[in-house]
Amino acid sequence: MASGVKPRVKVPKTAAAGEVITIKTLISHKMESGQRKDSDGNIIPQSIINTFTCDFNGQNVINVELHGAISTNPYFQFEATVPESGEFTFTWQDDDGSTYTDSKSIAVS
Amino acid sequence: MKISNLHRFVQIAVTASVVSGVASIANAQDNDSLVLNGEIEMVTRTAAPAYIDGLDEVISGWHFRSDETQALQMDDFDNSGMLGVDAGQEAWDTVQGPEQKSCASCHGDVSSMEGVRTVMPKYNEEAADLWTLEDYINNCRTERQNVEAWGYTSGPMTNMAALIAVQSRGMPMNVAIDGPAAPFWEQGREMYYTRTGVLELSCASCHEQSAGLHIRADHLSQGQINGFPAYRLKNAKLNGIHARFKGCVRDTKAETYKPGGPEFHALELYVASRGNGLSVEGPSVRN
Repeated sequence: MASGVKPRVKVPKTAAAGEVITIKTLISHKMESGQRKDSDGNIIPQSIINTFTCDFNGQNVINVELHGAISTNPYFQFEATVPESGEFTFTWQDDDGSTYTDSKSIAVS
Repeated sequence: MKISNLHRFVQIAVTASVVSGVASIANAQDNDSLVLNGEIEMVTRTAAPAYIDGLDEVISGWHFRSDETQALQMDDFDNSGMLGVDAGQEAWDTVQGPEQKSCASCHGDVSSMEGVRTVMPKYNEEAADLWTLEDYINNCRTERQNVEAWGYTSGPMTNMAALIAVQSRGMPMNVAIDGPAAPFWEQGREMYYTRTGVLELSCASCHEQSAGLHIRADHLSQGQINGFPAYRLKNAKLNGIHARFKGCVRDTKAETYKPGGPEFHALELYVASRGNGLSVEGPSVRN
């Protein structure tokens, strides 16, 4: 696991049925591009978050593939329509095989 | 919440359109107001302290940035500098070294640091020298925790400085420039107005006489340091005060002083005193 990785998610606690809500996510990650060299001139291997997904009650909301040249600490903001109360789950896949997850519940009135 | 947000956007939109008419002539600073998370109101413009001859009003660097960059600082979730604060909090709670102490072992909750950032740098009687926040942090590490000092501008150091700055957000900067601090302040003022480097620029050339004008594709600010540590979009990390000073001196094509050295200590006191009255913003977001 890369060091200092910590996911953060912001989802409203409540919403009306069918309301479009804004979700923000931020994960601290170095996103080593694979282009840089260390002080000895050796290439530092690429180590980035390569996939980000968000699901709501088992249904996929967004599925993102990330490639090189994405800045450190990737931030995503997107919208989702919530039909019912439930839980958003967020997953980030690291090149080194680690998976980082977070989840947030929302109550629909 | 929704209404107030909308109101804020409308307000920004209106001021932006008024300012854009003038921007091409001279100044870039706008009249938006900085409210963090819809809660903490910040003083970002205030009358200049009496001992500053060259300015009528002191203005936070926040005003010189675009609306998009400004918005990043208005919400802690959007402010990537808060990642550094989180890392600082972890370090604060980490028990380490032969003494088996964390910062919290002596200081308790980090909220006990409220107000500390507003008076830094300050004269330390015991050491008979001017100490910055970084000096106090390293002193705790070497004298109390018995662990190695952090590099003056290193990541862990800047993260800890950000954590401590956050405790004072919204409080006015209030460094002391009299008494034993006076000689340091005089030295700092001397440096501020002395032209250096191949380009023969002083701090004042840009930040006093030319604030608001373009420097290449960017706008010069007054060079206030109330917002430090600052998260810069250009290098995607928190930057300390002396690291920024070093960058500025380098840009005049001069040999820079050493971050953490006596020259930058004096300069930090003088520059901090120019912003007395502005709210502590750290960690701010800048270009």
